[in-house]
Amino acid sequence: MPAVQETVERVKRIDVDQYRYGFETLIDSEKAPKGLSEEIVKFISQKKNEPAWMLQWRLEAYRRWLTMTEPTWARVEYPKIDFQDIYYYAAPKPKKSVTSLDEIDPEILKTYEKLGIPLREVAMLEGVEPKVGEEDPARRKIAVDAVFDSVSVATTFKAELKKAGVIFMPISEAIREHPELVQKYLGSVVPTSDNFYATLNSAVFSDGSFVYVPPGVRCPMELSTYFRINERNTGQFERTLIIADKGSYVSYLEGCTAPQRDENQLHAAVVELVALDDAEIKYSTVQNWYPGNSEGKGGIYNFVTKRGDCRGNHSKISWTQVETGSAITWKYPSCILRGDNSRGEFYSIAISNGFQQVDSGTKMIHLGKNTSSRIISKGIAAGKSQNTYRGLVTAHRKATGARNFTACDSLLIGDKCGAHTVPYIEAKNSSATFEHEATTSKISEDVLFYCIQRGLSQEEAVGLVVNGFVKDVLQQLPMEFAVEAQKLISISLEGSVG
Amino acid sequence: MALLEVKDLKVRVEEREILHGLTLTVNEGEIHAIMGPNGSGKSTLSHVIAGKPGYEVTDGQILFKGEDLLEMDPEERAARGVFLAFQYPVEIPGVATMTFLRTALNAQRKARGESEYSTPDFLKKVREVSKSLNIPQDMLKRGVNVGFSGGEKKRNEVLQMALFEPSLCILDEMDSGLDIDALRIAADGVNALRSPKRAMVVITHYQRLLNYIVPDFVHVMSKGRVVKSGGKELALELEESGYAQFEDAA
Amino acid sequence: MNVAVAKTGSGRAVSDLFASAEGRLPGSLAVVAVRREAFETYERLGLPHRRIEEWKYTDLRALVGEVLPLAAAPDAAALSRAADAVKAHAFAGASKLVLVDGVFAADLSDVKALPSGVSVTTLREALDKSADLLTTASADAVISLNAAMATDGVVLSIADGAQLSAPVQIIHVATVPSASNFTRSQVRIGKGARPTIIESFVAAGAGAYQVNDAVLVSIGDDADVAYIRLMDDAADAVNITSQFVTVGANVKLNYFNMTSGGAVSRLQGFITFAGEGSELSLNGVNLLKKTEHGDLSLVVDHAVPNCMSRETFRAVIDDRGHSVFQGRIIVRPDAQKTDGKMMTRALLLSDEAEADNKPELEIFADDVSCGHGATAGALDDSLLFYLKARGLPEKQAQALLIQAFVGEAIEQIADDDLREHVIGLAERWLERRS
Repeated sequence: MPAVQETVERVKRIDVDQYRYGFETLIDSEKAPKGLSEEIVKFISQKKNEPAWMLQWRLEAYRRWLTMTEPTWARVEYPKIDFQDIYYYAAPKPKKSVTSLDEIDPEILKTYEKLGIPLREVAMLEGVEPKVGEEDPARRKIAVDAVFDSVSVATTFKAELKKAGVIFMPISEAIREHPELVQKYLGSVVPTSDNFYATLNSAVFSDGSFVYVPPGVRCPMELSTYFRINERNTGQFERTLIIADKGSYVSYLEGCTAPQRDENQLHAAVVELVALDDAEIKYSTVQNWYPGNSEGKGGIYNFVTKRGDCRGNHSKISWTQVETGSAITWKYPSCILRGDNSRGEFYSIAISNGFQQVDSGTKMIHLGKNTSSRIISKGIAAGKSQNTYRGLVTAHRKATGARNFTACDSLLIGDKCGAHTVPYIEAKNSSATFEHEATTSKISEDVLFYCIQRGLSQEEAVGLVVNGFVKDVLQQLPMEFAVEAQKLISISLEGSVG
Repeated sequence: MALLEVKDLKVRVEEREILHGLTLTVNEGEIHAIMGPNGSGKSTLSHVIAGKPGYEVTDGQILFKGEDLLEMDPEERAARGVFLAFQYPVEIPGVATMTFLRTALNAQRKARGESEYSTPDFLKKVREVSKSLNIPQDMLKRGVNVGFSGGEKKRNEVLQMALFEPSLCILDEMDSGLDIDALRIAADGVNALRSPKRAMVVITHYQRLLNYIVPDFVHVMSKGRVVKSGGKELALELEESGYAQFEDAA
Repeated sequence: MNVAVAKTGSGRAVSDLFASAEGRLPGSLAVVAVRREAFETYERLGLPHRRIEEWKYTDLRALVGEVLPLAAAPDAAALSRAADAVKAHAFAGASKLVLVDGVFAADLSDVKALPSGVSVTTLREALDKSADLLTTASADAVISLNAAMATDGVVLSIADGAQLSAPVQIIHVATVPSASNFTRSQVRIGKGARPTIIESFVAAGAGAYQVNDAVLVSIGDDADVAYIRLMDDAADAVNITSQFVTVGANVKLNYFNMTSGGAVSRLQGFITFAGEGSELSLNGVNLLKKTEHGDLSLVVDHAVPNCMSRETFRAVIDDRGHSVFQGRIIVRPDAQKTDGKMMTRALLLSDEAEADNKPELEIFADDVSCGHGATAGALDDSLLFYLKARGLPEKQAQALLIQAFVGEAIEQIADDDLREHVIGLAERWLERRS
């Protein structure tokens, strides 16, 4: 039997139920009643002690949302969502106001420990340097904001960041503490009327991260948010806003997991990035929401709007994503290249297995002069999954000297899956230079045989090929994340990759 | 008689001045070598003489046969006899070399008010020249320079030089990327074109090329100016002592 | 669109289009029912617009606005004008089949001297027997409208094994300004046949006319076919053509379309591989200037294994022209060993030119090799300078590079004479430009 055939057989037997983050944390939580109404919006706003302008903003979004219909253009199929059958607010029941990690529910801390998320960087938190030889000095510090269901439960390294002038806090706090920044930038990249899910998010978002890097500051460490959906029947609607002021730099990482449940759960986040003159934002995601079981039951509906605005000249925004989870993924991290000489990048690995459906890609909208963009997308479809790359590259009439390079490649493992490529390439002035290439193929029998002849097992050989296939993108991730991502890719393709 | 007169030429590229007042006179029949380190402005000079866009002449003059060259479009300069052998000849897919040669030759003749070549005459001439340059016929059927080796590209430039019979040939770093054998073939082709009516400006970083194309005059450029001129022995001197001595002179 | 009261921009009721034409439309009672149903579909959908994904870049509501009334059947004067146009556009040696203002013109056609193995009737005659030719595998608004309104067409049949030494050329001539021509033709190519088919669209003095053509092509096993389409309509004309091609086993199809005229034109091709081992070379050129809008939308459906498709498309866009290329390659679950490649390139000659490319892959089988490439940009400055440094004036240098650019698609035409003919048409377009 040819090696590929055997691989295919293995893939068929994959037990997607092996999802390693599928445990549930049993804690007391406080929920708003099911369903959505103006009262619920008011309830959320009140819970967050929000100022009146914020409530107004939410209500306008809610009223707008009532007039909108769900988008249907993506290549994904799912039963109609009953938006009145979802909890829009769930929070771990606070014993009292939390001032240090010790006061966080130990169950939640345990959850993050299980997930390998370092909330207890105690020594570092208190500014005690590790003794020589005790810890790898090369290990970089990462500040973490942990979001559990709808609320942020802990943010580390706040003090050290504050020294550098970097604001990193839950957005609910930022609304209270930095209203001028939030009011100026919230909704300025993804307007409340943008699309069905973004509008819904605007009405009901409960938490998320807020980052502001002042002019000329290079953020001293990686910032990271870890999202965890725990509650049953709960939608998670987080909102992230990152502003890199003139000449600043920040690298931000995002990770996500959820328990294994039979019913589908909705995740509709909005991420807005603003880069002013000469600023750079690097945004990396490893998305590993629960994908559903081997029958396609359960899993997260991941309907996310992510957009960066290169508002200043010579600004740069780079998106890197490793998408392995969710039953359905619908996300297009995009760049609006408004500033002259600005640059947008999109590096993506999207892996689908089992019954997963992925419709993901990017939009590069060239508005300024001499703007450039680069898209590297790697899609891997296995099992009975459908994996679509959908991307728009457009250069407007005045975007002289716009340049884009796009390469999107798909790899098919097995003959029950589908891999699709839907690029829209719009050149509206003669000085735009666009290059686009796409390929779809399966793992070459010859390559596999060559590896096996050299002593590799079939799984190792497939692993080798897949890793080679995604290498260009993995290289874009910060080191610690790249290692995690590589492991995740192996797990996602378990059965076909050793 | 003076064929080319460059007088106090100042040239800018994107706000940065590259040539700071360069003067050079080339008479009919002479071969001038222009040597200098990277970034001294050698290639800029060749591009400005040929009329490449992107260079701004802020001061000075270039006269060719007594006429203001800077007023002319690149194609007009070519028709009057200015030929630039490119350092990096471009590849033009889809345009067969033969078609290109005939179109260019006839365009130049037309611009000069001469009759177009007849097809048999043209073919005969191309065949002769290409044979002497060791250019296989099938190369002429391919797209201009498409899939040519470095040596083949340079030979194609010499082939055009021979066909178009220009009065001024500027050879921009002709030796770059060539091994000794390829260099010899190209240089032999160039030497065959030496004539009392034709002048050549040989731009090179290394003395090596001048063993094959022996110049009458050598000019050393540094930082956008000619800093020293002399006979062919100057090139050998440079080979010994390098360019460093001229860096301060500039 | 609201059915009952739908009106066009000029205030004409949409339903009048059909009502006023119905008396002239051929076909039995059964055919009338099919036409009525098709028209109702059109009335319900209205002209395609940008929110219909397949028509995203060619919004007929914005570009065309309304469908013009049916052109009158040609009189003697019209036929005489058409005869001159046919003479000017006929390919030397070809057997001509001429449609004038949507009506088959036997007198201008070579019906009496057809080569052996070639037989021709008309849509009008075919509809006396059945309504089969009015139904297609899929039908959008314009295809439905065509089914409702088609006045005539060529029903061309090439016998099994027929080896044709000269092409068969279908020439569409428009002589009536500000009117619509609806034609629907069928081309059946028998097993092992070797024909060359040319379709030309030309005007005889008329302007601002509209063409809505549909062509149903079936190709039998082992056939070797060249199919060339030349859309060279009047500068202010509209031409929307839908072509369905079913390809049998072990077929070689060399297909080419060039659009060099018309204010708004779209060729939508739906090509389905129905038998294994076939090879398709599918090529196109758009030459657009002024405010011309040219759209080539091709769906290649690899429904069976072991087939190969190659698509090469080039667009040259000057002034405020707008070129659209949509190419979708579908590989069905069982279509293993499919080899599908597509390359589209656009050359923008002016700052206001626009090129939209949507090359799509939709793949459900794993043992495939598929890919596409797309580029858009201006003429390469370094190439232009090289040519100018060799003495070529700007326009001539541009022309040489443009010819080389479109040459990459035109050279895919296998037949030497045809290729030269098409190169000649492209050169003429370039001359008109300068």
